[in-house]
Amino acid sequence: MSVVIDTKGLDLTFRTNDGPVHALSDIDLQIESGEFVSLIGPSGCGKTTLLRVIADLEKPTGGTILVNGVSPEQARLSRAYGYVFQAAALYPWRTIGSNISLPLEVMGFSQAERRKRIAKNLELVNLGGFEKKFPWQLSGGMQQRASIARALSFDPDMLLMDEPFGALDEIVRDHLNEQLLKLWAQTQKTVVFVTHSIPEAVFLSTRIVVMSPRPGRIHDVIDCDLGNDRPLEIRETPKFLEIAHRVREGLRLGHSYDD
Amino acid sequence: MRERQGPSWFFFDRLLPIGTVVLVIILLWYGFAVLLNAKFELDQAARAKKQISTMELVQKTMAQDRPVLPAPHQVATEIWNTTALKKVTSKRSLVYHGWITLRSTLLGFVMGTLLGIGLAALIVHSRVLDKSLMPWIIASQTIPILAIAPMIIVVLNAIGISGVLPKALISTYLSFFPVAVGMVKGLRSPDLMLMDLMRTYNANRSQIFWKLRWPAAVPFLFTSMKVAVAISLVGAIVGELPTGAVAGLGARLLTGSYYGQTIQIWSALVAAAVLAAALVIMVDLVSRLVTRHMGMAQ
Repeated sequence: MSVVIDTKGLDLTFRTNDGPVHALSDIDLQIESGEFVSLIGPSGCGKTTLLRVIADLEKPTGGTILVNGVSPEQARLSRAYGYVFQAAALYPWRTIGSNISLPLEVMGFSQAERRKRIAKNLELVNLGGFEKKFPWQLSGGMQQRASIARALSFDPDMLLMDEPFGALDEIVRDHLNEQLLKLWAQTQKTVVFVTHSIPEAVFLSTRIVVMSPRPGRIHDVIDCDLGNDRPLEIRETPKFLEIAHRVREGLRLGHSYDD
Repeated sequence: MRERQGPSWFFFDRLLPIGTVVLVIILLWYGFAVLLNAKFELDQAARAKKQISTMELVQKTMAQDRPVLPAPHQVATEIWNTTALKKVTSKRSLVYHGWITLRSTLLGFVMGTLLGIGLAALIVHSRVLDKSLMPWIIASQTIPILAIAPMIIVVLNAIGISGVLPKALISTYLSFFPVAVGMVKGLRSPDLMLMDLMRTYNANRSQIFWKLRWPAAVPFLFTSMKVAVAISLVGAIVGELPTGAVAGLGARLLTGSYYGQTIQIWSALVAAAVLAAALVIMVDLVSRLVTRHMGMAQ
């Protein structure tokens, strides 16, 4: 088990018109290969910022971070991760299949290889047969699934997901949580997952990182050992509720519920 | 209520509204024609020491040789005479003159569009050019075109460039601006999320341009092109006015005004308006085709 993400004393202060914003303060986190780690916290606690630093979409102002043993920029250059945003971010002028092939085109895969990967990854997210449809013809849940397929198309080792199911209704969300878990079991990727839903975090993760705001820091890291086989019904078991309770306590102590 | 289909739709959603407006315009036109031409008739009657009834007055105002405002049927007759009843190659044919103007319009429009797109691409990719070019581009449009058009034509003729090109250059000058402004907006329009996505793929600037910026800018391009094609026509006509050109719709306007042939002036005006409408409609049709091919998303 190797460490794929290693941060020490990570610090990020934004300089804005309203003065400096201390988004990340002294973040120490090690994530090992194959883990499913959730970052949970209220708005402004730095969880999205931390994800973006890992993805080299933001540069830290202090501390160190290594992704796959190299700097985040080098990890990005070597296409080590796939990123899934809060919105599906599909190009409206491309078909679903063409959207999946976007990263493959940028990275220079051959046409035959692209076609193979499009078919394979659409099957993986249960969207087989939707290659020729346009994004507006799909529901929100299906669009987000297509976005996940796109992130997986070039076979990165890591998946960075920023509240991917936040805009969807609860039933679709539960369904997609199930599918994501199956996907993770099948592909064995390392997943870093930002959410502000406690049940979602407990259901999906092997470890939960509770963050608190002002300044953004890690309040608690909770091991979530519910085993590998997790049907949706596991959410009513006492073990699940115990872990969820711990998470909620962490959020409360981290002043997430304060006015 | 059921959506209208077929002939019913055509009548209620297209023919009736547009037809009503056209009818109102024609009625107002007739009204103003009578009003504006009446003074001449009254003067004539006074000189001949005759009394003239209202009925006679109205009839006479609509049949003058050199009216202040020609009646619609006079303009229509003149247009008919100079298009359908004349050979296309004749120097009196409105079709011939229309084609001369159209040549410069189209050439200027194409050059202006390409120039506008090129400038926009440069501005979006270089902060230096953004700060230095944009103000000049905007300033260029504040110079009254009527003032510099004769200068441009005379200078170009002096160095041997004559014919279609000088007028086309004036059209280019006018039409590149809406395209440049629209395309800068369009090339910058993609969501920050989509740009971040490209960054995670480590796409280079050329890939980002062709795969993201350019398709996102297409609706902006067509909107700008509709404005650009109409203004390109204005440029071509303006290019024909100042230097006594002998061919083109602008030339018709000019000779009409030299010889007091107001009906000729008005028929050239109507022809120019119809030409502009046709050009804009064609750009619109192309835009619909392209956006349908691009997935109807925009």
